[in-house]
Amino acid sequence: MSILHTVNKSPFERNSLESCLKFATDDAAVLLFEDGIYAALAGTNVQSDIADALGKLRIYVLGPDLKARGFSEERVIEGISVVDYAGFVDLAAEHDKVQAWL
Amino acid sequence: MSEIVKKFMYLNRKAPYGTIYAWEALEVVLIGAAFDQDVCVMFMDDGVYQLTKGQDPKGIGMKNFSPTFRTLGDYEVKRIFVDRASLEARGLTQDDLVEIAFEDFETEEEIDNIVEVVDSERVSELMNDSDVVFSF
Repeated sequence: MSILHTVNKSPFERNSLESCLKFATDDAAVLLFEDGIYAALAGTNVQSDIADALGKLRIYVLGPDLKARGFSEERVIEGISVVDYAGFVDLAAEHDKVQAWL
Repeated sequence: MSEIVKKFMYLNRKAPYGTIYAWEALEVVLIGAAFDQDVCVMFMDDGVYQLTKGQDPKGIGMKNFSPTFRTLGDYEVKRIFVDRASLEARGLTQDDLVEIAFEDFETEEEIDNIVEVVDSERVSELMNDSDVVFSF
């Protein structure tokens, strides 16, 4: 059973990402969107948590939410894939279920 | 013109777009400025994300209110501060933030950028100096 985890909250304001990364297992994928995209940016205090997670999980970030907030794809941590809305739908369809960390 | 001028601080701690706080705060700042009060705008924690350059929310179907920040100087808002530690925790520098110009039409005083990055001690000092703090 592979799960797509979604995180839409800032890692600096809520513990959604922290809990998600704690419970997501090796075959899972994580999609960062809305205020969750701030976790995908290089140079932040949570970069090491993301780097650790990239060793076992696939991590994606929603491009339009990055762009809305003024960040280009070059600011994203290496290893994270940028997807558009169609990519979001594909991820949801490819996985057995979607688990949202609100 | 009002008889009593109070020192207002608008404290912004929320990222833009994910919630309505940032947009609402900006509206209230503009209203306060229209009443000739002494206005100070503080950005800290995720609030520093409100000032990032190059915001373009077309793709998420939302209004881009980022350019409005650059007009704050025209509303005689002259004191805009950003907490340095909040920037650093997010891997950001002042170069990532918009510049807000100020021009006093009476004295012809001109300032290219009134956005000031300050240490936490200065943040506390500014809070203590305020008569009223509006939190967003």
